[in-house]
Amino acid sequence: MTASPPEPQAPITRESMPDRRGESLTGSQIIWESLVREGVTVCFGYPGGAIMPAYDAMLQYPVHHVLVRHEQGAAHMADGYARVSGEVGVAVATSGPGATNLVTGIATAMLDSSPIVCITGQVPAHLLGSDAFQETDITGVTLPITKHNYLVTRAADIAPTIREAFYIARSGRPGPVLVDITKNALQESCEFVWADEEPTLPGYRPTYTPLPAHIAEAIALVHKAKRPILFCGQGVIKSGASDALKAFVEATDIPVACTLLGLGGFPASHPRNLGMMGMHGEAWVNTAIQEADLIIAAGMRFDDRVTGNLKTYATGARKIHIELDPSEINKNVKVDVPIIGDVREVLGELTPHLQKVERPNWLARISELKGDSAVRDIKHLPDLGKLYAAHVIHDLWRLTDGKALVVTDVGQHQMWEAQYYHHEQPSTLVTSGGLGTMGFGLPAAIGARFARPDDNIWVIAGDGGFQMTACELSTCAQEKLKVNIAIINNGYLGMVRQWQQFFYGGRYAATPIVSPDFVKLAEAHGLKGLRVTSRADVAAAVREAEAHPGTVVIDFRVEQEDAVYPMVPAGADLHDMIKRPARQVDGKPAVHNPIFETGEDR
Amino acid sequence: MSADVHKRTFVVWVEDQPGVLNRVASLFRRRAYNIESLNVGQTHEPGVSRMTVVCHADSDTAKRIEANLYKLVNVLEVDDITHKASLIRDLALIKVRATSDNREQIVRLCEVFRARVVDVGPENLVIEITGAPGKIKGLVTVLEEYGIEEMVQSGAIALTRGVEPSMTRRNNSRPTLVA
Repeated sequence: MTASPPEPQAPITRESMPDRRGESLTGSQIIWESLVREGVTVCFGYPGGAIMPAYDAMLQYPVHHVLVRHEQGAAHMADGYARVSGEVGVAVATSGPGATNLVTGIATAMLDSSPIVCITGQVPAHLLGSDAFQETDITGVTLPITKHNYLVTRAADIAPTIREAFYIARSGRPGPVLVDITKNALQESCEFVWADEEPTLPGYRPTYTPLPAHIAEAIALVHKAKRPILFCGQGVIKSGASDALKAFVEATDIPVACTLLGLGGFPASHPRNLGMMGMHGEAWVNTAIQEADLIIAAGMRFDDRVTGNLKTYATGARKIHIELDPSEINKNVKVDVPIIGDVREVLGELTPHLQKVERPNWLARISELKGDSAVRDIKHLPDLGKLYAAHVIHDLWRLTDGKALVVTDVGQHQMWEAQYYHHEQPSTLVTSGGLGTMGFGLPAAIGARFARPDDNIWVIAGDGGFQMTACELSTCAQEKLKVNIAIINNGYLGMVRQWQQFFYGGRYAATPIVSPDFVKLAEAHGLKGLRVTSRADVAAAVREAEAHPGTVVIDFRVEQEDAVYPMVPAGADLHDMIKRPARQVDGKPAVHNPIFETGEDR
Repeated sequence: MSADVHKRTFVVWVEDQPGVLNRVASLFRRRAYNIESLNVGQTHEPGVSRMTVVCHADSDTAKRIEANLYKLVNVLEVDDITHKASLIRDLALIKVRATSDNREQIVRLCEVFRARVVDVGPENLVIEITGAPGKIKGLVTVLEEYGIEEMVQSGAIALTRGVEPSMTRRNNSRPTLVA
């Protein structure tokens, strides 16, 4: 007997999808019914034994599935999609190794509060706990790195669980939710029931209203402050508070410093934007923090990478902490006034009560701090015949008019990006901050592409991190995606090498890295590869990449042993920065050469 | 850590679902909160379990423990009863060596501690005692000279004096710092 070929079917659209509520459907069908009802149009995944029934049912539904090359990529793609769209990203994997491969991506999303839902297949319920083939207790594994997770063993529980998972992932402080579904639940049938109203969970209260007393205290502190500074964290971007923040700053004239994930939350070109704070923040920003008498921290969590030594951190400053998650209050830094609530709402509530206070001395002091370390225009500075990462990223900023959607990997290039690519708009920088996940860049950019089909997307990656997920180049090829990839290739695991140079006597243990020929690697995938070894060729390569319809990899061979400056060593006082050594000319420090100092550029 | 580190007692109402104990225990472990005892059991309300968690923390940490517990989706309400009028009890069962010569003596000691003999064997007695951990420790100390063969002690369970929170109040409860 021969199988007859499947009947050709008209493509199913969201509009032509019948309303199947009340019908008997399989658990697998219910997954896709639920996802479509949650507004999902794309998901990222990899099939396998336990999840196969769901994949079979997928063909009947208008959800585009992106086949990844490793499930870590699926989680990062869902994360990248979520970060730029503000919607929930979806990753799908099978049981066992499929599910465990998601773990790094889930932890990344957890630390950066990114809303993703991961759906994993699981062995049939009657085999749970028997060490069945490809069985892993993935709800146990992911318990500490998810906002919540579920094990579903009955078809009837699938729809309400997916509804809850999406609600939990996107509400309050967002985060990853994993739904593990046993194979029998995928195969069994039940009546499809869908509740349109938001789920009510007796123990889950994601929205908070600040105490009026705290609002009043904050207003008094702001009016009294002589040297105030406001911190713009990722919460500003997540809550859509950029305009509220601009209004706040225009009302108060208070200068703003950004965290890494807060970059873009407040326009880089705004006269009151000082730049990035922290370990590789601008020297004047860190010094200003140490000299401030009031910190207004909006949507940030005083990570150790921004505070340095807590004992000496901003000791002269009163602190107002605007934060959605009460468990962040006094976790790292003791604050005077906690305001628990949505950043946009809180700023909106504060601003009408605030009068502008003239603080000429404070603003003059900050200008003075900027003083000799500020670069006026890096473009005209000599490259000394070498290709510096700073030059590449600065030129990329210029050539893209600062309007690209930049997705970075993790390491030196990430910090140079933060210093040299100036972001004017929220959600134009996607980067792994909290977990610092190497390998994040390319897959996150693929995810972002599905949320921003028309944006000019640039991945900036190092030669080390890029290789961790370089297999996703195949995904770019299969999906015919357009992503530009700038590999800042210095032949080292650069950030670790820098730490070895500074703190481990220059002993380069396991940091020299041999890479494949990235141009040939791109070509092997049917993609375009370019190589740049001098600054003069940067612009032509960038233009060529942008003009090419498909994914392009540019191998930028940069100065090998360059370091990111300034740097606050881990745990050191925030004002105790390592600065780039002055260039010596005839045994004397040369006339100040700002390329050696910092990335400020206006 | 600041000076006001001391023993704190939290009452945690949770949904009676698989894995909830794991979620709470995992939270204390990964946040490195110093847990002394954790007790979980049913309540009179269907679907609601009640935990009593005793741990060492300063007052700021206590607020964060509370806030972190509230972040668990299955946690219904958290009450830090450290400074509230409350009844706190452990239960202990102690198997102590006893002969016909000293059995009477041990029974009289138990009366002093309001403990009860719940099993008598030819060579031992099993004693049940409820009370604050200090009282149990007192009995254990005096029984040690007879020879304790085995003992088991529950963690603390606690109840505030006065009116217990109703389900309505529970659904509106919030971490400290929040309206």
